[in-house]
Amino acid sequence: MSFESRVLGDTQVGDELDELVYLVTPTTVVLGALASRDYRPMHHDKDFAVNRNGVRDIFLNTPNQAAWFERYVTDWTGPAGRLGRMTFQMKGSVFPGDSMVFSGSVTSVEVDEVGCGWVTLAVTLTVGDEIKTTCEVKVALGVDDRDNPWERRGERWKP
Amino acid sequence: MGSLPDSVEVMIGKPLYRQMGSFEVERGYIYTSCSSVENANPLFWDDEVAKSLTGGLVAPPTMLSVWFRPHHWSPDQSEPQLPLQVHFDLKDKLGLPEAVMTSNTMTFYEPVRPGDRLTTEQVLRSVSEEKVTKLGTGRFWVIEVVYENQRGELVGVESYTGFGYSRASNSGGAR
Repeated sequence: MSFESRVLGDTQVGDELDELVYLVTPTTVVLGALASRDYRPMHHDKDFAVNRNGVRDIFLNTPNQAAWFERYVTDWTGPAGRLGRMTFQMKGSVFPGDSMVFSGSVTSVEVDEVGCGWVTLAVTLTVGDEIKTTCEVKVALGVDDRDNPWERRGERWKP
Repeated sequence: MGSLPDSVEVMIGKPLYRQMGSFEVERGYIYTSCSSVENANPLFWDDEVAKSLTGGLVAPPTMLSVWFRPHHWSPDQSEPQLPLQVHFDLKDKLGLPEAVMTSNTMTFYEPVRPGDRLTTEQVLRSVSEEKVTKLGTGRFWVIEVVYENQRGELVGVESYTGFGYSRASNSGGAR
């Protein structure tokens, strides 16, 4: 097969993920809002964002940030990595002109009672020295080359 | 001030706004979402990889709520609809003009696949006492959004914590 995926034994607590750096433009914000079907004006209308919301520009919407976090995590796991749970805390907005930096580290590695391998990641989106969003992600990895988290259903999948 | 109005009390714990998605999960939107964040995961772009790993195409798990946001306009609706209606109901019923989402947890179960027709409902789990924060005075609430596929299988749950409030200076603002 033409892809590689990380397995549980490849990782340990304290491992750092490579950073992802991305320069946000107005197109990033508008494309992200439309891709998540979010037509609220603060995600495409700068006049509204400035005069109604009192912020400096349009800003990234939450569902699109979720998509960014998913991409960041599965870039690291490979396609066999299967998301179980994500929790966000939004602390500040991300605007055009911001250089987003995604970084993350492994905070736990475990096998649950049904034999599923789980890694928990602490991921942050920062701009400059300001943390904009923190995200805890629980993602399933195969416990070895033969184990595929995507085959788990019902009682064998406990995210 | 103080205790919750009855009209909010009766909402707690009750499934509300059960709704079927207005269209089937489809590949075009999956591409649009992946494109917006430059997600090259071959599960979404390479049918062979999807077949070998997941038994066929799947949608990115984080797209759960995307399938339910209403179109900005459609012929059978006269007013713009709002996603997460319970959140806006609470703002109205509690007289809190401003609101923010402070945290959001998504839990993913059965994969969502192109062709699926999902159903959702919203459950208000809790509303806090009045609190004073740096934003203003208001209440925190927790709303769960539950998603099922056409076979009645749970595909995901989103849990939102919102804070509805009045600004000290009362100068208008965003919904």
